[in-house]
Amino acid sequence: MILVHGLRKYYQVHKRPPGLKAAFRSLLHRTYTTVKAVDGISFEIGPGERVGFLGPNGAGKTTTLKVLSGLLHPSEGDVKVDGHVPKRREDVYLKKIMLVMGQKQQLLWDLPPAETFEMNRAIYEVPREQYRATLKELTELLGLGDLIDKPTRQLSLGERMKCELAAALIHRPKVLFLDEPTIGLDVSMQAVIRTFIKQYNERYGATLMLTSHYMDDVAALCPRVIVIDKGQLSYDGLLDDLVRRIRPEKRVVLYLNEAVDKSALLTLGKVVSNDHAMAVLQVPQDAVSATVSRALAHLPVKDLTVENPPLEEVMSELFAGNHLAPTTPETNGKTGNGVQIGVA
Amino acid sequence: MSPGKAARVLPTLLKVGFLEAVAYRAELLVWVLSTTMPLIMLALWSAVAREAPVGRFGQADFVAYFLATFIVRQLTGAWVAWQMNFEVRQGTLGMRLLRPIHPFLSYAAENVAALPMRLIVAVPVAVVGLLLVGWGRITHDPALWGIWCMAMLGGWLITFLANLLIGCLALYIDSSEKFMGIWLALFFVFSGYMVPIELFPHGIRTIAGWLPFQYQIGFPVELMTSAIGRGQALSMLARQWGWVAMFAGFVTLLWRGGLRRFAAYGG
Repeated sequence: MILVHGLRKYYQVHKRPPGLKAAFRSLLHRTYTTVKAVDGISFEIGPGERVGFLGPNGAGKTTTLKVLSGLLHPSEGDVKVDGHVPKRREDVYLKKIMLVMGQKQQLLWDLPPAETFEMNRAIYEVPREQYRATLKELTELLGLGDLIDKPTRQLSLGERMKCELAAALIHRPKVLFLDEPTIGLDVSMQAVIRTFIKQYNERYGATLMLTSHYMDDVAALCPRVIVIDKGQLSYDGLLDDLVRRIRPEKRVVLYLNEAVDKSALLTLGKVVSNDHAMAVLQVPQDAVSATVSRALAHLPVKDLTVENPPLEEVMSELFAGNHLAPTTPETNGKTGNGVQIGVA
Repeated sequence: MSPGKAARVLPTLLKVGFLEAVAYRAELLVWVLSTTMPLIMLALWSAVAREAPVGRFGQADFVAYFLATFIVRQLTGAWVAWQMNFEVRQGTLGMRLLRPIHPFLSYAAENVAALPMRLIVAVPVAVVGLLLVGWGRITHDPALWGIWCMAMLGGWLITFLANLLIGCLALYIDSSEKFMGIWLALFFVFSGYMVPIELFPHGIRTIAGWLPFQYQIGFPVELMTSAIGRGQALSMLARQWGWVAMFAGFVTLLWRGGLRRFAAYGG
């Protein structure tokens, strides 16, 4: 469905030091530097896949999504989405895709969302019968109710985002690029949006590519992740494999009848936290069952769980360190079924 | 995009554009007040002509001229250069580019959709003008009215395409609003908006003849006020549409090149 090979996108950026003198100097002489926003990435995504596109700020995620949706022309490389070259922006292609950006809106600001929906119906040439059915379905799934009749400017951020998603899906796109769709939303609204996105994917078999700094989004939606850093692809594979690779340890969470001394916990594993009646231990995967047995035998355990380390921690560690070696365009192009490559 | 699709989509775009135009009543009132420059010029030049005619213009001629100018200006306005500049800098042009409809068509619809609101202002002025100056100052030639309709469309297209041209420059230099300032300064002088072109000295009239501005205002106004005959009207109409074609060509080139450079900032 999505084929990217050797994609590069470079920008010429005007640089000027702060201050009045530099401002005057820049009138006569400008210094430009080349920013390599995306520097030779390759990947494939199959129909109906849900893929998380991860990386620190400025890694090139949004630039890649903009190239895929036809907004930006690549500096180099080949990009195809469902057989179309996105930069040509053919009508038939634009009717198959949608880019939803959490920080940009397509809703008409001064009018109720219903007017944007109706405008999109006309622009995307959605048959009226299908439009009514889709709108009814979206209204139910997203709980839009009478929101669609209030002026957009009077909606809260969460309400607006729900309406943005509805506007984006009126034409039932086959490919959905989601750039931070839950940014700024409260926890319950994030959950609503996540559930809805997953339902849409399952119901229509749409291909999803998602960027988000909220790891709960990624964990809930994306079995596969592509990690990009400084414009280069550094991981493409299953999320679980990435977690295991970065943090091979498990977390044993002990719920205790009474507080215990840290020294008693240290004999079992690394102590992540020990607050009153709850202690968290980090232990190697192969030592989990032994640790659990010893904890049950020697500590006043009321209950316990075994968990993966929080995804946020995994990502922080990934972006901060050099856990993964960058892959090359020659080696990272055949990963459509979630095969992990390029891991150091 | 096919003409058929454009025709199917246009009514919805015009409806949405109209709803947006009437969303703010106070802003609408301020906008109406801000377009009264020809009426001010009318008062000024009428006072000047009270003692003696200026060229062929007596008081009633100035009244007819500036009322016609007001109407033509109302019906040929466009502001897409500012829209594009804002959208290029904010990156929101991207949302427009995602839709399977040419952005120029959606811009055109938004600009034309304000026409009914402009008519609310223009029609009473036209009625008052007719009562003040009488039918005698307005052309009675149906052929000239036919040419006037084409001239109005041509005038609007020159305004719209000039706006697009300057808007497209923003794709290259990020901000091109100052060019619109230069365009407007030249427009006010050479279009006949503030002074009828025929009152200019010969040299300036010649320069004005080589520029597009008089085809935005002066030409349609002269058609309405019987200042020119059929032969000259057809000749000027041909030149006006020559400008339209030239602007359309430049806009197409700038747009295609600009899209390759568009950075879709933000997000």
